[in-house]
Amino acid sequence: MHDAGKVIPGIIIFVVFVTLPFWWNVGKAVPKVEVELPKEYTSCVEDKSFMIREHMKLLDNWRNEVVRNGYGVYVNSKGQTFHMKFQEGCMKCHSSKERFCDRCHNFVAVKPYCWNCHISPEEKKGWATKKSNVETFSKQPASHH
Amino acid sequence: MGAVFALLIALGLVIFVYIGAGVIGFKALFAVVFPYAAFFIFLGGIIYRIIEWAKVPVPFRIVTTCGQQKSLKWVKRSRLESPFNNFEVALRMALEVLAFRSLFRNLRAELKGPNLLYGSSKWLWLGAIAFHYCFLIILIRHLRFFTYPVPEFLGIIEQVDGFLHVGIPHFYITDGVILAALSYLLLRRLADAKLRYISLASDFLPLFLIFGLVLSGILMRNFFKVDIVQVKEFTMGLVHFSPKVPDVGVIFYIHLTFLCALMAYFPFSKLVHMAGVFFSPTRNLANNSRAKRHEPAPWWQKPKFKTYCEWQEEFKEVLEQSGQPIDEDCYKKEAK
Repeated sequence: MHDAGKVIPGIIIFVVFVTLPFWWNVGKAVPKVEVELPKEYTSCVEDKSFMIREHMKLLDNWRNEVVRNGYGVYVNSKGQTFHMKFQEGCMKCHSSKERFCDRCHNFVAVKPYCWNCHISPEEKKGWATKKSNVETFSKQPASHH
Repeated sequence: MGAVFALLIALGLVIFVYIGAGVIGFKALFAVVFPYAAFFIFLGGIIYRIIEWAKVPVPFRIVTTCGQQKSLKWVKRSRLESPFNNFEVALRMALEVLAFRSLFRNLRAELKGPNLLYGSSKWLWLGAIAFHYCFLIILIRHLRFFTYPVPEFLGIIEQVDGFLHVGIPHFYITDGVILAALSYLLLRRLADAKLRYISLASDFLPLFLIFGLVLSGILMRNFFKVDIVQVKEFTMGLVHFSPKVPDVGVIFYIHLTFLCALMAYFPFSKLVHMAGVFFSPTRNLANNSRAKRHEPAPWWQKPKFKTYCEWQEEFKEVLEQSGQPIDEDCYKKEAK
């Protein structure tokens, strides 16, 4: 082999770079995700597999309905009706952002901007006890784009 | 013809996955066997190609230059176009690899009446650079499936890439640009009769495979949607050597199999220019053969010369018999 002094380091750099995902995880445990589902309810507005895949689209549609067309009512695939509400709807059953939303979102590094405007149940709890929530209150909510 | 053949292979791949993973449900084959096999073919194949290339001697400096080489002190020289030392070669290579400098010099010849006109043509360069950088960013973005916790910079890349906030989840700018660039690179080969004539199936297949990869990825993210948590559990399992077959839509398996096909095909196709660009002797050598004598080829041996005296010695008898004069000097030297 010619120019071994350059070729072999080149091969090593290539191999290290390509196998980076393997090195990165050496000695780390396989992460597990478990969300805390509400105990007193057994079904969401749609079935589970639909919600897992499509919840972002559903919430986006709800938002557009509510913000642009006034408050709306959602009719699901079984014909049941629900008020399109997030804090008083979704978060009523899923009472923890940290133990429900964030578990998956952090796992796959998704940063939804729901919370630019909405207040999570955790924040809400703190709201009543906090002396000065002026700071939070004066924060301008981001637009709904 | 080549295009049709390549398209059929790409479509056949989709049908193969649709039946294999979707209808029959043989998901472990597509989720575990193919990815590992393809990855090792990719890794091993490229190392093999590199070693094979490195075995080939390059006895001559065959640098392609397009600038003044190093000459007398007062002659202005071009360091990048005619590099004289390894540092200048490295600069030249960096420009080639990172900015596709030789493509930037692309010309187009056209007959306008009796005149042959040459004009600058940057479209190929633009399409190529847009494609390659988008592909790189998309590759880096995918690291979020192989790391936990996900590094901060990946989040920044994603935020910038999804800056337009089109749709939910946000449509990535790079996805749109790579589709446009791929379409251009494909149409370029189909639209121009001269290019179509020199294009083979092996030119179209990488394009269709990458097209399929990108399209299936966009469809999966923005339209059909799969359970991304299961997907990440699967990819994390792959890098921990304990993959868990994900129970997700067939679109994921189509995306994954396009990737596997591309990886396995990589070392045996034109795509291997990724490694080959570093081995092109027209680019990676210094143009200094006027200043430095380079080692001759390894098979070069000093030729055996026969001196006149040796020749005379061999044919002495014949020479004497035919009355030819004998050069006495040969013997005088020996006597001395």
